[in-house]
Amino acid sequence: MYGNDFTAPDGPRPAPEAGGAEPASFLAVLADGGRIEPRDEMPEAYRRSLVRQIAQHAHSEIIGMQPEGNWIARAPSLRRKGILMAKVQDEAGHGLYLYAAAETLGVDRADLLDQLHDGRQKYSSIFNYPTLTWADMGAIGWLVDGAAIVNQVPLCRCSFGPYARAMVRVCKEESFHQRQGFEILHTLSHGTPAQRAMAQDAVDRYWWPSLMMFGPSDTGPDAATGHTAQSMAWGIKRFSNDELRQRFIDMTVPQAEALGLTLPDPELRWNDERGHYDHGPIDFTELFDVIKGNGPCNQERMAHRVGAHEDGAWVRDAAAAYAAKREQEAVA
Amino acid sequence: MTPRTTSTHVDYVLGLADDALVSAQRMGWWISRAPQLEEDLALANIGLDLLGQARSLLSHAGRLEGEGRDEDDLAYWRDERDFRNVKLVERPQEDFGVAMARLLVLSTWQSELYAALQRSSDPVLAAVAAKASKEVAYHHDHARQWVLRLGDGTDESHARMQAALDAEWPWITELFDESHLDPSLVTEGVAVAPESLREPVLRRLGDVVREATLEVPEVAPRVPGGRAGLHTEHLGRLLAEMQHLTRSHPGATW
Repeated sequence: MYGNDFTAPDGPRPAPEAGGAEPASFLAVLADGGRIEPRDEMPEAYRRSLVRQIAQHAHSEIIGMQPEGNWIARAPSLRRKGILMAKVQDEAGHGLYLYAAAETLGVDRADLLDQLHDGRQKYSSIFNYPTLTWADMGAIGWLVDGAAIVNQVPLCRCSFGPYARAMVRVCKEESFHQRQGFEILHTLSHGTPAQRAMAQDAVDRYWWPSLMMFGPSDTGPDAATGHTAQSMAWGIKRFSNDELRQRFIDMTVPQAEALGLTLPDPELRWNDERGHYDHGPIDFTELFDVIKGNGPCNQERMAHRVGAHEDGAWVRDAAAAYAAKREQEAVA
Repeated sequence: MTPRTTSTHVDYVLGLADDALVSAQRMGWWISRAPQLEEDLALANIGLDLLGQARSLLSHAGRLEGEGRDEDDLAYWRDERDFRNVKLVERPQEDFGVAMARLLVLSTWQSELYAALQRSSDPVLAAVAAKASKEVAYHHDHARQWVLRLGDGTDESHARMQAALDAEWPWITELFDESHLDPSLVTEGVAVAPESLREPVLRRLGDVVREATLEVPEVAPRVPGGRAGLHTEHLGRLLAEMQHLTRSHPGATW
């Protein structure tokens, strides 16, 4: 998933989602491969797990506006500026779809935002990395959105109907963004030597963090402490972290070749026997540091988000007061 | 770089293009900083519309000029003394009330301007105006709704909205300034006489302000000059940020 649903081995664990009977109607829908809808019976733990996952996905969309928003003012051509503004606008839209999907589970968007703002809910680790050059707009589109798509396409078949339907719309737009990112890098890698160096540097910085978006390995010392087994039983998650990561690598390596850029992993090579690319070990220490709040931009991202929310309080209050006055007039 | 005292056809189109471009740049600041998610979307949308208008107008200005300059040459490789936008649009707008006051003024003026410009003898200008008319009608509606909500919301929002109007009003007069416009552009039917927009724009603005329980500010107008490339100190920094990357890589394509 897009929002991290895993924790550092020594970090605070999300509350266990145990308990709650699994009604026969619920089990029948799952067995049948059908969709659970908001009015259907569902275990309380299923509901809470989905609220957490969808909310953290929504939070990732809105925090994800910041690293790209950082370059809107400086985009190097008017066409690129327009594309970037449209993309960040799409991300706000994805946030809206996802909060709406979460609200069908009986929670309130304002409350979910409060949980983001005070750190009870998380967002994707990847948005704690800085965007240092224009080429980062390409690397984010190609690698980060590419990883998000691999994570999210299976969610289009997730057992909860509103989430699955939101993901169908989100994935269409994400695919478009991913192609735009590829095109930015393609232009740079075929441009001046300075542009080419900028593109390679961005890919070097974003490659490993993109692989970490899939979460810790399913086996070994870094095995996920999250909810994979339960999520798979409930039809929320369809594939393991490592399966999705492998799919992403297999998809991305030939694209890097098409770009004429290298990926910063000397052990990356095709394995005929497995029918997959082998890759070097991933150092998850960095991921765990980032999700504990010690990434390069965690504090800036939260300060920006909380600052916007606080600065806008008087505006939201005014809109509510104005609406109340109009309602009163309508009654009178 | 000797700014001309009277405007040519190219300068006239550039003025309108720069109004839209600089406004889009200021609007882009809000994306991820709006009071609510719906507003992030709306402001990005409005910024994109304005950027689209700027691109069409800059491309047209480049073709009229006939020196092979495209939209990016004109946006990124002119200095502040060559920008022709009104000073209204270049000042920072990092308060939501100011942003909505600004958008109300700009969209009211643009809607009157583009309505008239659809009859321009310059067919490209007429076509751009026809498309932009639909967009600025939406911008105006959005700004009007917010000015009403803020003006007639809480005591705090009322005071902040009034302060925002007071800050924007001195810059409105420049929209109607004719001192840098070659009168032949109006007689030939290319341009809309700026002065002709004064009455309808001020009337419509006054209607919204009063409906919002606010007062039309009575303030002295600021000296015009943007159309002649005489700007506030804000524009230089805006352009430094906007143009920096492009200028660091001369000859590159993006």
